[in-house]
Amino acid sequence: MAEPTPAPGGGRAGRAPAGRGTAGRTARWRGVAGSWDAALLVALALVVVAGALAVEGVASPRFWRFVTLEVIPIALIALPMTLVIITGEIDLSVASILGLTCTVMGQLWLWGISSLPVLIAVALLLGALLGAVNGVFVTAFGLPSLAVTIGTLALYRGLAYVVLGDRAVADYPPGWTTGAIAAIPGLTIPWMIIVVAVLAVVFGLLLHATPIGRGLYAMGNNAEAARFTGIHVARAKFWLFVATGAMSALAGVFWTLRYASARADNGNGLELAVVAAVLLGGVSIFGGRGRLVGVIAAVVLLGILRNVLQLAYVPANTLTIITGSLLIVSVVGPNVAAMLRDRLRRRRPAAPLPQE
Amino acid sequence: MSELPPILSLRHVSKSFGAVRALQDVRLDLWPGEVHGLVGENGAGKSTLVKILAGAHPADAGTVLVDGRELSPSGPSDARAAGIAVIYQEPALFPDLSVAENIFMSRQPLRSLRRIDAGAMRRATAELFGRLGIHLDPGRPARGLSIADQQLVEIAKALAFDARILVMDEPTAALSGVEAERLFSVVASLREAGAAVLFISHRFDEIFALCHRVTVMRDGRWVSTDPAAGLTVDELVRRMVGREVSALYPRTDAAVGEPRLEVRSLTRHGVFRDVSFTVRGGEIVALAGLVGAGRSEVARAVFGIDRPDAGEVLVDGVRLPPGDTGRAIAAGLALVPEDRRQQGLVMELSVERNATLTRRWSLSRLGLLTGGRERAAAREWSERLRVKTARLTDPVSALSGGNQQKVVLAKWLSTGPRVLIVDEPTRGIDVGTKAEVHRLLSELAGQGVAVLMISSELPEVLGMADRVLVMHEGRLVADVPRAEAGEERVMLAATGQGGAA
Repeated sequence: MAEPTPAPGGGRAGRAPAGRGTAGRTARWRGVAGSWDAALLVALALVVVAGALAVEGVASPRFWRFVTLEVIPIALIALPMTLVIITGEIDLSVASILGLTCTVMGQLWLWGISSLPVLIAVALLLGALLGAVNGVFVTAFGLPSLAVTIGTLALYRGLAYVVLGDRAVADYPPGWTTGAIAAIPGLTIPWMIIVVAVLAVVFGLLLHATPIGRGLYAMGNNAEAARFTGIHVARAKFWLFVATGAMSALAGVFWTLRYASARADNGNGLELAVVAAVLLGGVSIFGGRGRLVGVIAAVVLLGILRNVLQLAYVPANTLTIITGSLLIVSVVGPNVAAMLRDRLRRRRPAAPLPQE
Repeated sequence: MSELPPILSLRHVSKSFGAVRALQDVRLDLWPGEVHGLVGENGAGKSTLVKILAGAHPADAGTVLVDGRELSPSGPSDARAAGIAVIYQEPALFPDLSVAENIFMSRQPLRSLRRIDAGAMRRATAELFGRLGIHLDPGRPARGLSIADQQLVEIAKALAFDARILVMDEPTAALSGVEAERLFSVVASLREAGAAVLFISHRFDEIFALCHRVTVMRDGRWVSTDPAAGLTVDELVRRMVGREVSALYPRTDAAVGEPRLEVRSLTRHGVFRDVSFTVRGGEIVALAGLVGAGRSEVARAVFGIDRPDAGEVLVDGVRLPPGDTGRAIAAGLALVPEDRRQQGLVMELSVERNATLTRRWSLSRLGLLTGGRERAAAREWSERLRVKTARLTDPVSALSGGNQQKVVLAKWLSTGPRVLIVDEPTRGIDVGTKAEVHRLLSELAGQGVAVLMISSELPEVLGMADRVLVMHEGRLVADVPRAEAGEERVMLAATGQGGAA
């Protein structure tokens, strides 16, 4: 799998530490920050090597083709999700948006709309609209995004069942599927990875090397201070929700084409995989910290890990448990690390006891 | 008085926060039945002293003696057990609990089976209120109480804990005249009951009316303790400032130009109404008034943070769209907000990011920021304003208050504003930086910038301003030219007495 990870310049905007002054501490912090991305890469390498040695099939090109196909929808959604979480919000409705766009595409196909570009355009517009609904509730009504998107998670999935019920639309032209999962000439890797890579570069630049990205980090750390700097916090968050909706719809299009099947339960539970990857990638659930490079590394790591374990006949429930545990670890880990650093820092001056 | 031992005694107390020496070798004696005034400029170390007494910070060196016994609190509950109670400017009561429940929080009188005896609690509260002359219903919820009433509840709570040492940290800053009077009568009855009161205030009239003795602090050091009867306001100010006032306020006359900022009948329901004023280029106009008079709220509305209900704001004759901060900045407005940590800076981000956040669009090329131009701009401005920082990539939270304020100023001055609004520009920063900030404001006015300065420090208002606007309870009540502006005139208008616009 090629490295779809851009390393845009000025990338150290985010993970600014809280309150420390001397050069030594800064250096130490830098070491820790560096080591998170480094740790992900080391883990990635370990999983690949151990998998290739211990599990039959991991070394084969087919395996990598399959992993790539698995990872594409998660990566597509993780890109905007990273930005959303950096602003201190979250969108849990992404998998339901994926499901609803699948079923709407299916229903339109049943009604005789057979132009793929039209179907894709409708799907993206629908996704943007569904994201806009989230955005309006969060920014115009000032509701917490967690609550809003748990609501729309259920709502959009429900609507998906309204559209198609228990039916599955599976009679798409076979050429669509082969087109969607076709390999890059000369390789076994699907060409869609190029689309993902281009989008990753776009999102990476947006986050790390544009005025908009600077504003996202500012509002994620302190929305009020951002407003006092003339950053349109509500506007930016609204458009991020729209983007997340559209990207989820794009993932839905890919899903439909890849499996040649539109069902109401498409992508059920995928939001967990996406959020787990973003948090494992070093993005703070509280907003304001994290880099896209780490997220992409985490998406790849989780995708490979899952598939290696599947090849090793680890049952699906165990996989879910592993994903959940990684999510907890990635949320708790940085906090524990910060606590330990604090302890060490307090112990250094010989004087007073740690208070409170 | 001196035959009795002091009830509270501080000896050689020192405290540092990182490189900042907040307190150095501070001494203080409090006798029972005494009201002791503590004055000093912002940043003189009064708040640190209060925090040490409250048990929120341990002292680095020195001793705190209560009744001759050494106190080394490991937390607020130890200080409280020793009989020390702190009444803060803005008390934190539980809004949904009753007044009586708030007073007896965590030590409610119990009946059998550890049930709370609500009746006994109310009776005890009523008895306390009677003793202090407070007229409040013990059963009502704390929500909706005025700040003054909340403070009275805090005092009653302190007495319920048998506190004998009351520390009042600028209790009257947010009170009206009548409310302050009521507080003073409660303080008088405490004194008669033999409690010692440490009274911190910026208002000299209160200090002289209430206190027996006055301690002056400056730059974290003890300066003097004298009987109030032998002191004058001038003498106190001289000791607090430690230098002639003129050096601190280097106001030079600038040529006053065309109107830059015009505010017409600006209104936000329930906050301020019908506020109109003009600031001309080259002018420093102070907006004075008590805390809560609506000054910061006017600034927020002018800057577009809040949308006003009526009225308009013009910059250089062009009307600003209401509630649009981006357009206000584009039109040449800049606001250095009151709360540096919450509004002025993103504390977690680096000095560099904070300093260039306002210019992120103008520094970008083809919409991209690659870091170099931001670094250069941040370096240029932090050198110009002499920001002391190890490196520009350090988080701004690592800087001292004064240097943080310089970063806020850098962030806005780099936009080349035509109208600069500064809200409490020198709150909580050291005297040296304060003079620098004042000189900077003066220079800016000299370059034709219109400066609107909100300040609660009268010496600053009188020292810097060409004109003084005074707000009282959401209205602009006075517009006093520099020649006529005196402490008394401004204070009277701010308290709603004899203001003539």
